Amino acid sequence: MKYSEMNIASLAELLQKREVSARELAADALNAIAETDGTVGAYLTVAEEEAYRQADAADAMLKNGTAGALTGIPFAMKDNICTKGVRTTCASKMLENWLPVYDACVTERLKAAGAVMLGKTNMDEFAMGSSSESSALGKTRNPAAPDYVPGGSSGGSAAAVAANECAFAIGSDTGGSIRQPASFCGVVGMKPTYGTVSRYGLVAYASSFDQIGPLTKTVTDNAKVLEAISCHDRRDSTSLPEFDTNYSALIGKDLTGMRIGLPKEYFGEGIHPDVAALVKDAAKQLEKAGAVIEECSLPAVSYALPAYYVLCCAEASSNLARFDGIRYGFRAEGIEDLDQLYRKTRTQGFGREVRRRILLGNYVLSAGYYDAYYKKAQQARTLLIRAFAELFRSYDMLLTPVAPTPAYKIGEKSNDPMEMALGDICTVPVNLGGLPAISVPCGMSAAADGAKLPVGFQLIGPAFSEAKLYQAAAAYESGV
Amino acid sequence: MAKYESVIGLEVHIELRTKTKIFCDCPADHGGDPNTRCCPVCMGMPGTLPVLNKRVVEFASRAGMMLNCEIAHFSKMDRKNYFYPDLPKAYQISQLDHPLCEHGYIDINVNGEEKRIGITRIHIEEDAGKLVHTDGGSGADCNRCGVPLIEIVSEPDIRTAAQARAYLERLRELIRWVGVSDCQMETGSMRCDVNLSIRPVGDTNLYTRTEIKNLNSFKHIVAAIDAEKARQIDETEAGRALVQETRRYDPEKDKTYSMRVKENANDYRYFPDPDLVPIILTDEDHARFRAMIPDLPEERLAKYVNELKLPEATAKSLCEEPVLANLFSAAAEQVQQPKLLANLMLADSDAVSIPAEIWTELTNLCAANKINRSAPAKLLEAYRETGKDISALVQELGLEQVQDTGLLNSVADEVIAANPKAVADYKAGKEAAIKALMGQIMKRTKGAANPQEATALLKEKLAKL
Repeated sequence: MKYSEMNIASLAELLQKREVSARELAADALNAIAETDGTVGAYLTVAEEEAYRQADAADAMLKNGTAGALTGIPFAMKDNICTKGVRTTCASKMLENWLPVYDACVTERLKAAGAVMLGKTNMDEFAMGSSSESSALGKTRNPAAPDYVPGGSSGGSAAAVAANECAFAIGSDTGGSIRQPASFCGVVGMKPTYGTVSRYGLVAYASSFDQIGPLTKTVTDNAKVLEAISCHDRRDSTSLPEFDTNYSALIGKDLTGMRIGLPKEYFGEGIHPDVAALVKDAAKQLEKAGAVIEECSLPAVSYALPAYYVLCCAEASSNLARFDGIRYGFRAEGIEDLDQLYRKTRTQGFGREVRRRILLGNYVLSAGYYDAYYKKAQQARTLLIRAFAELFRSYDMLLTPVAPTPAYKIGEKSNDPMEMALGDICTVPVNLGGLPAISVPCGMSAAADGAKLPVGFQLIGPAFSEAKLYQAAAAYESGV
Repeated sequence: MAKYESVIGLEVHIELRTKTKIFCDCPADHGGDPNTRCCPVCMGMPGTLPVLNKRVVEFASRAGMMLNCEIAHFSKMDRKNYFYPDLPKAYQISQLDHPLCEHGYIDINVNGEEKRIGITRIHIEEDAGKLVHTDGGSGADCNRCGVPLIEIVSEPDIRTAAQARAYLERLRELIRWVGVSDCQMETGSMRCDVNLSIRPVGDTNLYTRTEIKNLNSFKHIVAAIDAEKARQIDETEAGRALVQETRRYDPEKDKTYSMRVKENANDYRYFPDPDLVPIILTDEDHARFRAMIPDLPEERLAKYVNELKLPEATAKSLCEEPVLANLFSAAAEQVQQPKLLANLMLADSDAVSIPAEIWTELTNLCAANKINRSAPAKLLEAYRETGKDISALVQELGLEQVQDTGLLNSVADEVIAANPKAVADYKAGKEAAIKALMGQIMKRTKGAANPQEATALLKEKLAKL
């Protein structure tokens, strides 16, 4: 087996045994990127020098006995997470050449753990989108079928893992941006409980939804990466003060007595038959592993999509206002006055999808509309949170599809924002509730053109239930 | 003119003197070269997040309590969105519907007439940066970004420029007194906007108002109020409708001018800041802040005069500077002669840099005649240089007053013998002649003699001659 195909646990073992050095692994991974990424397009920036520097630091840690689970492991970082001295573009013309002067909390954590960053991955511009097609700086293809999208917004991160261009990747999830590309590309993706991974250094899209999480080849790998990046951080006021980060604690324990609900609203109209069938097959597997599976109902989920779009666009319109051409990033040319500087810079610097969401957000916050939109959406959010809490009195977790369909063709939906938004229907309720949810590969769907497209299922738990979600996901994975 | 009255409300911004800024660890005080007192957070770099400085909540609550406000148990921060080059995030973190303090008041007295001016609210917010215009172009200086501010909004209870001035003076006095700001109009740590409308005397309705911004002294505020009132009356009498707008005052021409800000263009799209959590204050927090609220300045003055028997002028000098008054109060607890303490402190140009216990020690040494009256200045100088104990410094500098009556006795005899003319003058009734003799004693003892004791001894000896 090639190094690039191996999971974190196997690589860590080889490193510990000195059968390979971190530097050799980095060289191997950079080589894999050079070979494959011309087709896949997962990376926007390959940071070769940085990677070797971190690999040497990792080798030193391995030598002096301070190595941990991720020391020497090559990974990819989504390009909306700040990396000091390595450009952080958010896949936007606005930040095409922006070099952060500081590291995100997650970047610091991974550096300290000795992980080796290979580069920064493509995404939808400012994480707004579900196919990575809104990137202004590159096109990413689905490694399973090159004519298909990798999903988004963390499409580059999912594709990099699926194409063996890194051992793991970091993504961010505002409305499904880790889980949906994980499902489309056939990898494991976790969106942790809101407040368990610091947002410090994550370029904000919608602050009350954004959460960083790992994309990996296996469930155990995923838990290990989350253990490395999850912590309290005083620089993020929404970072939770105290919680258990032993996420792999329950992996391998059997599922006897675990209660899993199947909310029927997630299996209705608009769900591709292959997706419904594969997720129900997964339910049977989990049942075999000891879980009790029961159909349940979450009617409040019908509020989720409109509430999500109102709130996240409102927050985005304010979060993205700082890109004004004054201090950093893109500035339009031929400016005569301040008003023009703002208008031209923001019109030329942002792509259509970003401009659309900024306009929508400004509209719902404007005088006279706040109560009808923003306030109402907050109320819907509260209702949904209560409905989830009610269900979690009866169930340990819920099992649903991640996306209504497998990956679609590049260009198929990119001109239909409504159609694109409907694809988020299964994932956004989780972000509204601040809940953890994992996407786990569960089979392939055959497209009309013969392409074999990965499909994932989603497990949603109450806050801080990551260890249980990993337990169930790992039980499924080992039974397949 | 008498048939119209002004209806005036004031919005006062005050910088809080916390050590660090409201949302990051940068220093909050003025100064420094442009963009040397800022960090990724206060410069609004992508990915950065604000963390509320708890001291800002404490300082603002103390200000609110000093102004008789109710302090919230639940408060929150909101974003006020607008574009301007001095605002790095393109929104100001402020408070909209749950301000920290509400429903306060200030009592003023103008020409013997008492009046209570209501305070609608006090909220906390971050300051913006400054634009610097040079020949080479314009630049943004972010040093002031994130300096904590309170905005104090009055009720429209003010009717005259004199009342406005009295309100502002009392406001400044109280905020300085509670120790959360120095309130200097000239440096911008206190700023005032005036909202003004007119109405016929006797009418209780409110009419179209204008806002006068960028007023940088009490004098200009008073003049601007008079000028704007006159303008509004002229417009109304001429049958022209007033427009709700922002105006500026030109002191050269003594007139206000429209700043041509389209009011409908200012839709700030406020919403709760999702990066910050609500501010929850418990009863215990309230009690903790309450314990930090001093008595009123006039109560303190009365106490100094009546209980500590300070001359009124001395008491007033102390109370002008709240930090000084508080230091004096602390030091006075351990001294028998508060007047001596006050005089020592007022004689020093930087009394507040010396800890209370040092003042207590110095005063008590003087009071016990262990050092003479010129010693404290020398001791303070030495203390500032070395930081050594006062008792050690007294020894080191040989400032101990001579208590040895035997030595003083012989010196007095010598002086009397050596100065027959002064002795004769004194005996002839010129009492001032004793000063020459005293001078000789001090000279021979190198200033170490206790002047009172020496004078008494001299008088005794001269009487016997």
